[in-house]
This record gives sequence, C-alpha cells and structure tokens, in this order.
Amino acid sequence: MDSLYLLIPFSVLLVLALIGVFGWALGSGQFDDLEREGGRILSEPGLSFDTDQRARQAVPEE
Amino acid sequence: MSTASVAAPAATYDDETVRLFTIAAVVWGVVGMLVGVFIAAELAWPDINMGLPWLSYGRLRPLHTNAVIFAFGGCALMATSYYVVQRTCQVRLFAPTLARLHFWGFQAVIVLAAITLPLGITRGKEYAELEWPIALLLAVVWVMYAIVFFGTVGTRKVRHIYVANWFYGAFIIAVALLHVVNGAVIPVSLTKSYSVYAGAQDAMVQWWYGHNAVGFFLTAGFLGMMYYFIPKQADRPVYSYRLSIVHFWALIFTYMWAGPHHLHYTALPDWVQSVGMLFSLVLLAPSWGGMINGIMTLSGAWHKLRDDPILKFLIVSLSFYGMSTFEGPMMSIKTVNSLSHYTDWGIAHVHSGALGWVGLITMGSLYYLVPRMFGRTEMYSVRAISLHFWIATVGIVLYIASMWSAGVMEGVMWRSINDDGTLAYSFAEVVKATFPFYVVRLGGGLLYLAGMLVMAWNVWKTATNGRYTPVRIPLAVAHA
Repeated sequence: MDSLYLLIPFSVLLVLALIGVFGWALGSGQFDDLEREGGRILSEPGLSFDTDQRARQAVPEE
Repeated sequence: MSTASVAAPAATYDDETVRLFTIAAVVWGVVGMLVGVFIAAELAWPDINMGLPWLSYGRLRPLHTNAVIFAFGGCALMATSYYVVQRTCQVRLFAPTLARLHFWGFQAVIVLAAITLPLGITRGKEYAELEWPIALLLAVVWVMYAIVFFGTVGTRKVRHIYVANWFYGAFIIAVALLHVVNGAVIPVSLTKSYSVYAGAQDAMVQWWYGHNAVGFFLTAGFLGMMYYFIPKQADRPVYSYRLSIVHFWALIFTYMWAGPHHLHYTALPDWVQSVGMLFSLVLLAPSWGGMINGIMTLSGAWHKLRDDPILKFLIVSLSFYGMSTFEGPMMSIKTVNSLSHYTDWGIAHVHSGALGWVGLITMGSLYYLVPRMFGRTEMYSVRAISLHFWIATVGIVLYIASMWSAGVMEGVMWRSINDDGTLAYSFAEVVKATFPFYVVRLGGGLLYLAGMLVMAWNVWKTATNGRYTPVRIPLAVAHA
C-alpha cells in the first residue's frame, strides 16, 4: 500500500497544521468570550443592519 | 480590528458577486435535478436514451453529480460564504474584481463540464471526472476564491471570527488539498490523462478524496450556512456557541480517515479498512453534536417552526443531517456493509444527505438571501415557499424509502444461496425486481424537481419586482 506512505504523512502534517491554527486561535483570544460571540450576529445593530428596513439607507451613487 | 480603523461612511458591502452566485445556484439546481430525473427514468426504461451515446446513463450520471454537487451546491456555498463573511466581519469583500473573476471562471468550469462529460471525456474518478485542463482551470479559480475569502477575513473589522467562517474556511482549504492530491495525473493528450497512482493505491487516494469531499464540501461548507442562517432566521443565537466550536474542531480532526469504508472487502489491507470503519463510527459524535446544537437553537421558540416555511427548510434539513450521519457510520460497519455495499441502499443514503440535508439547507438559506439581494423584505410568495417545502419533503421520502427497500432487497437476493451452493438469483433477475422501486424513485425525483421549479419561479418574481440598493457597512463597534 504505497499510497499510504503519501496519505499518512500528509494527514499527519495536516493535523499538525490544524493544531497550529487551533493554537493561534486560542492564543489570540478567539475563544475568550464565547457566550457573547454567538449572540453578536443578532444583537449588534451593525450586523443586522441590512435586515432592518428603517436603518437601511440608500447610498448615493458613487 | 480596532475602533480606530473605521470604514469610510459610504462603504457598502459588495453584494454583486453574491447575487450572481445566488442566481447561478438556482439555475444550476434546476438543470442538475432535471438531469437526475432523466437518468432515474433511464434506469426504469433504458430505451429512452434513444441509442445516443451522449444520452446514455454512464455519461449523464457524472453530469448529474457534478451539476448538483459542484454547480448547484458550489454556487450556493460561494454565494452564502461571500455574504456571511462580509456581514460577520463587517467589511467589504476583499478584491471584488477577483471575486467577479472567480464567478465567471467557475461558470466556465461548469459549462466545460456540461460539454465534456456527455462526450465521454472523463478521468473516470467519481466526483473528480473533469479532465486535466478543466481541473487545472478549477484549481486557478479555487485559488481566487481562497484569496477573496481569506483576504476578507484578514481585513475584518470584528476581532472574533464567527464560527460559520471557520467552517467555510475549512471547506475551501480542504477541497483545494483534495483536488490537488487526487488530481495528480500524467496527460497524454488534451482530453486524456492517467492517474499517477495505480491499482489499489489509486482506489485508496480516490476514496480518501471522495469521502473528504463529502466531509468538507457537502458537510463543512453547508454547516457554515447552518451556523449563520438558522440563528438569523430564528432570530436567536445558536443553542451553544461553545459546542459549535467543539463541533468544528472535532469534525475536522476526525474526518480525514473515514475514506477506506468505501473499499471494504477489496484489495485494500484489512487494517486500513478497520481504521476507516473506526473513524467513521467516531464521526457520529461531532455530527450529532452539531445537529442537536442547530435544532436546539429553536429551543423555547418552537412555535416559529409552525409559521415560518424557511425555518421548516432549515430545521428539517438538520434532521436529515442527523439521519444520514447516523446511517453512514452504521453502513461503514463491515458486516452491515457486506449487505449494503453496491446496492441502491448507497443511493438512498447519499440522497438522504443530498436532497435532505444539502438541498434543504441550501434552499432555506437562499430563501433568506434572495429577498435581501433584491431589496425586498421577503420572497414574492411566502405560500410558494411552503408549497416547495412540502413537495420537496414528500419527494425525498418517496426517493429514500424506495431506494432503501430496493437496496435491502438486492443485498438479500444477491447473497441467497440454494442448497447446492449455487446462487438463487441471477443478476438480471435482481435488476428486474428493482423495476417498481425505480419507478417510485422517479416519482420522488420529479416532485423534488417540481419544488425546485417553484423556487425558480419565486426567485424570478422576487428579482424582477425588487430593486437592490447597496447596503452600508455599519461603523465598526468597539470590541477589540
């Protein structure tokens, strides 16, 4: 099964890269305040801006 | 990423590319499902290919899979990812011109596929049929996609990267890797190439690709949709944001090695098959965690499900996700697989995932997206959404139930042995016995296509009755 000599090291490298990304996310504070982040896409006026018709303002042609 | 870097007052989201991909998704959905219905009819009545080679099942089947998975599903993923990444990062698309180029390049790949596959130009690898020049073009287009998406994430005005973007990002990176590794070929002419791998090696690489395509294209990408559009449509935060993070990391760490379950009882070494089965069983946990997380988002607001047909699409899609991610690990168990493999049970499983999970979550998300892309508050006809939902659901049930029955019947008939050790049924006898199931399946497929046509009409009316005004990017709020 020669292809395993390609696929296994490749997958191991991939997992190492994933651990690296996970470490970055952890270290840079991506997971610091999870309770709040889930609600933010709804609660912040900014993010629901385009669903709020009153807030929608036509932008002058550029 | 700080309050200092505030967007210019007149900065707007780049929704032009989102709009193009949205329309393309609907158009290719109709085309792909129409081809699917035609080949379903061919299985019941083979003569309808009229003796034309380019209408034969063998050539149209890859056209169907490419059209529904990559054209319909792909365009929907691209539309929603470009929409979601801009909204959650509060920034305009990075390099909008490149995004536009990505759109037209991707359409070129689809059109080339629609021409070459019926002509019989194929690499013969399931879900990776496109010959090397088209595969190269796709690789270039994919790099554009990655630059635009990750460029947008990189220039975000919100410090936290919302979970949907993690899923979309994993989908983009993983599909690129899979495409490159499985796409390694030696061209012998413009329309013919040979894989650099041989025999069982090639099969292993192919199914490493094939299953991860299911995992990262048909699962991770659409989970990105799920984590944005369900909370938005329900107007509630996802049930547990913490669980969604766990869901993401658990899924991407365990998916890579489930592929060998496609090669049970073949020349693949036994231990590799067992590893594949083990990883497939492990996958049940993150999959169900994610499904429960999505459905429980409605916890305390179940009444919304009664009145809102878009939520019906989104939540029922998750129940199909749960069903097929339970069925998949079960089918990967070797003893079960010895009955189910090569039968129509596989077709039932795939379509429970494809029509139920991928199809319904896409349609639900598009119903959310389309009015917003054409300056309206809701679709032209909300009743038509409801009609679509019920036609599609009945279609799926007919489809899956008939193929489950056919699959188990085939498995049992194939393994039936007379007292003297000879096979009880010839292959042709089994084929004959599947005829009624194929007709019912065609009916299910027709209903599903009919639902898609209702959607296309509704999208058309919404688009022609709406007028899009650019949406301003809100001023960045302090949370760095």
